[in-house]
Amino acid sequence: MLHVKDLRLGFAAGQRTLLAVDGISFTIERGETFALLGESGCGKSATAQALMRLLPPAGRIVGGSVSLDGEDLLVLPEAAMRGWRGRRMAMIFQEPATSLNPVLTVGRQIGEVLERHRGLRGAAARERMLDLLRQVGIADPERRLDEYPFQLSGGMKQRVMIAIALAGEPELLIADEPTTALDVTVQAQILDLLARLQVDRGMGMLLITHDLGVVARMAQRIGVMYAGELVEVASREDFFTTPRHPYTQALFAALPEVSRRGTALATIPGQVPALAAMPAGCRFAERCPQVMPVCRERSPEWREVAPGHALRCHWQGAASVLEKAADLTVDRQIEEKTGLLTVDGLKVHFPIRQGILQRTVGHVFAVDGVSLAIAPGRTLALVGESGCGKTTVGKALLQLIRPSAGSVRLGGRELVGAGARELRAARRQAQMVFQDPFASLNPRLRVGEIIAEGITALGVGGDATATVAALLRQVGLPTDAGERFPHEFSGGQRQRIAIARALAVQPQLLVCDEPTSALDVSVQAQILNLLKTLQAELGVAYLFITHNFAVVEYLAHDIAVMYLGRIVEQGRAEEVLGRPRHPYTQALLSAVPVPRLDGAGQRIHLPGETPSPAKPPAGCHFHPRCPQATALCRERYPAPTAVSPTHTVNCHLAA
Amino acid sequence: MNGFQIVVLWSDVLVWLLLASGIGVGVLIARSPPLLAAWRRVGASRAGMASATVLLAFLGIGLLDSLHYRVALDGKPGEKTQYAIEVLSLLDALVGPLRTENEKTYSAPFATHLYAKETIERPGQGTLREFPRLRFGGSHLAEPAAAPADIAATAAGAAALAVLGWLALVVLVANRRENPGDPTVDRQNWPKIGWSRLWRGETVFAWNAVLLTLLLILLTLLPLFALAGDYHVFGTDKVGQDVLYQILKSVRTALIIGLVTTLVMLPVAVLLGIVAGYFRGWVDDLIQYLYTVLNSIPGVLLIAAAVLMMQVVIDTHPQWFATAAERADLRLLALCFILGITSWTGLCRLLRGETLKLRELEYIQAAQAFGVSSWRIILRHILPNLMHIVIIALVMDFSGLVLAEAVLSYVGIGVDPTMTSFGTMINNARMELGREPVVWWSLAAAFAAMFILVLAANLFADAVRDAFDPRAA
Repeated sequence: MLHVKDLRLGFAAGQRTLLAVDGISFTIERGETFALLGESGCGKSATAQALMRLLPPAGRIVGGSVSLDGEDLLVLPEAAMRGWRGRRMAMIFQEPATSLNPVLTVGRQIGEVLERHRGLRGAAARERMLDLLRQVGIADPERRLDEYPFQLSGGMKQRVMIAIALAGEPELLIADEPTTALDVTVQAQILDLLARLQVDRGMGMLLITHDLGVVARMAQRIGVMYAGELVEVASREDFFTTPRHPYTQALFAALPEVSRRGTALATIPGQVPALAAMPAGCRFAERCPQVMPVCRERSPEWREVAPGHALRCHWQGAASVLEKAADLTVDRQIEEKTGLLTVDGLKVHFPIRQGILQRTVGHVFAVDGVSLAIAPGRTLALVGESGCGKTTVGKALLQLIRPSAGSVRLGGRELVGAGARELRAARRQAQMVFQDPFASLNPRLRVGEIIAEGITALGVGGDATATVAALLRQVGLPTDAGERFPHEFSGGQRQRIAIARALAVQPQLLVCDEPTSALDVSVQAQILNLLKTLQAELGVAYLFITHNFAVVEYLAHDIAVMYLGRIVEQGRAEEVLGRPRHPYTQALLSAVPVPRLDGAGQRIHLPGETPSPAKPPAGCHFHPRCPQATALCRERYPAPTAVSPTHTVNCHLAA
Repeated sequence: MNGFQIVVLWSDVLVWLLLASGIGVGVLIARSPPLLAAWRRVGASRAGMASATVLLAFLGIGLLDSLHYRVALDGKPGEKTQYAIEVLSLLDALVGPLRTENEKTYSAPFATHLYAKETIERPGQGTLREFPRLRFGGSHLAEPAAAPADIAATAAGAAALAVLGWLALVVLVANRRENPGDPTVDRQNWPKIGWSRLWRGETVFAWNAVLLTLLLILLTLLPLFALAGDYHVFGTDKVGQDVLYQILKSVRTALIIGLVTTLVMLPVAVLLGIVAGYFRGWVDDLIQYLYTVLNSIPGVLLIAAAVLMMQVVIDTHPQWFATAAERADLRLLALCFILGITSWTGLCRLLRGETLKLRELEYIQAAQAFGVSSWRIILRHILPNLMHIVIIALVMDFSGLVLAEAVLSYVGIGVDPTMTSFGTMINNARMELGREPVVWWSLAAAFAAMFILVLAANLFADAVRDAFDPRAA
């Protein structure tokens, strides 16, 4: 149905045009899902925008053709193209929060498409809108139709976006990272919805993603993009059983998994080449483990190795001969010493103020009685969906947010209510690594100054320049990096700088707040390896805050699962992951898309989304979404039940 | 040449201090790569560089007008030298005749006769009412009818000189070697390539815009000054003073109002804005309350009250001032302070909002996690990341303040009446417009000069904002 042939597009930079996508070809049949997989900056989103002819002002389509049902879209005049967008092909964007207009009701935004493309108005249009909202699984559509986007949750906004995309009854749906901004349980709902709608309507779908788990769940055929080129196209079965391109193989090897615990993850050395300096030969040559002299001279031809399985590579080998990753053996059994960090009944309540006098009318119970302990040299993963308060816990531990109640003891010193002087001493023992490496480094300071900040502020002493150089070596950065500015580094390198900054004061505890969620898979592997090595060398303990179960499986010794400000289950990693007792943990685990063919196990579907922490439900917080809720759950919050000496769960069912 | 005594007015001190600090900031910028890169983007903007050239021309006039002295009077030898009561500036010395060659009253641009009829007695013919010849305008001509030809000839000569001078400049720029270390530059054919790069606008710095503006400036200014010796090119005002001279003198007033005022308001706005945004709580409430109150008082009334009070103080202490120029200067500075005190609120509000955003950023939290003191965080982490807003606000406020001065002087609460400014010129023009036949040149000249200054400032502000605004980049 959709034929893309030799599409080339670029971005104007001064007098030159830098090619972002260089000659990609693929086809999508009716009712088929084709996934474009690639890391950030490989040109997959630009491809989608080019199909819709929605490139940003600097974007230029340099050559090639895009035809839908035989009609060449690239030569259509703009006025005619408007009739195609939304009607024959529709797009769903990544960020549901910004892709809806906040000042128009949901109904107006769906109605716009109906009026433009289907000529429906008034009662007929309203009937159709209700129908669409029902199809995308929105309860009470009559009320929702007249609501504004801010009254909807993230998952519901994405459902509305899908409804808008479906309103024109398109033949091709382009979904650009449709679930990246959503939680796993909501992601599972949206993916199921997309799959069902596609089967019902026989639409073609172009799914753009970086997540191998999503690909395994959704796609029938997969195209892997690297540096603006398609490097491998294969059917789902071939892709997951016999990936042929070294890049695809490396992507799989870089995934953190429970089976890789204790070993270093395979990483892809180097970086994607810059648009302005594309090598003449194979673009992956510099990072490829199978590189041959011919790779650097000549760009490989597109060749078919099996029916429906083609790749762009000189290398004829098939099996993955990635050298077996070095054994890190960092899982040395640490005897149960007295906890390094003991948190007891930690509460952080933010007041909600209203009216002229700013009176407190209620509280957001961001963290509502969290207790946990971390032993030296171990990793505790704090897992939960967005808004459950896990980041607030991390910040409250370091007293960046003052807790409302409870106790935080670090190395025998009480931090809650401690004075400035005592806190300064404690700050040497606990530091933080933040989520976004682009926001956590001051762009106006040199890297050396950034790393030395803690040394001077806390008066660690010693030669600051020598310490900075040693730290840079330790996190795997060149020593001259200290003289440069953060913007000269890639995301992964920036995260290394952030880790070096935290390590500068030799802390015993590092709070890592989603340190890899803003990074690509291959870079994530580098950072996880680094964290593991540092733990083995320095014996530093981690509080690892994340929503990514693959990382948890790979890294954590202990796990605490949070829901709506409270910990619902905690224990050893193998206990919580292997024998989860809380229905929420079970649902979370089953909702994670697994990047394997056999990944589609029994899924537990959670209805709805996390309620607001300002008005937590009575009784067990989880009961409105729990498939096994009883009358007791609605009345009383469950007390912790010990399943084993190290495994506790807050659930009436386990009691 | 008589001896002279250098007079240092307070505003001169501030102007030169500003220039020095501007150069100092320039050196600092050259050391900070992110800022340098942003200014390079300004340098690459054609509109920005063209307007910067115009602004520099104005700045040059203003600086020349900021070196003051008093000429020694002829006295008997042995006596203590007495100095003239009049304070002159270097600009006055340069434009010499413009200041002294005053007519009796109005005369139109390039006129040879007064604009008003006078009764003239002619021996043997009785009295006659006619337009008398000007004392200076076109006085070198025997026959007034020859004026147009004379003007055209002088102007053409000056224009030819301007083009010649400009061509010399172009040759200089074209032969300038850009990026001596850049290996991609073909060194053999340099002059030729330099020309073609200049022609096609491929230079990193927007030289073609600068050169084009310079050509325009030269083509306007050279003929103007060539003619100014013999004619009143913009006419004369009610008391016969040359309007071109008044325009030149107004430039300094406008620049001082625009620059010194920002100097006054900047520390207040930056300090209060950051403190309010960073510390929140009662500090924030207090500062917000302060600027909300200040904002809700009608600005003109507040300024009028302050200016009138200051006027009373100045009038009751004549012994403070040696010359009229010093008195007018103090009043100008006081006006700057008053404008500054009332205009910091906008920038303060902007900086408070940005600080609120910045303090939630992770690098600030990382610094807090190290126990870095609040003031150090403000200095090291917040202030440098606000500088782009400060620079944008400074450049944009400049034109607003120049216009504000004109409005205030028009209302009569601006600068001292003895001091020339665009505002006082426009104020005088009020009566001239009601006159029959109408006197338009004073207003038109003031309007055009101010328009060019403010337009250049605004275009430059746009270029600066485009280069510094992270959202645009």
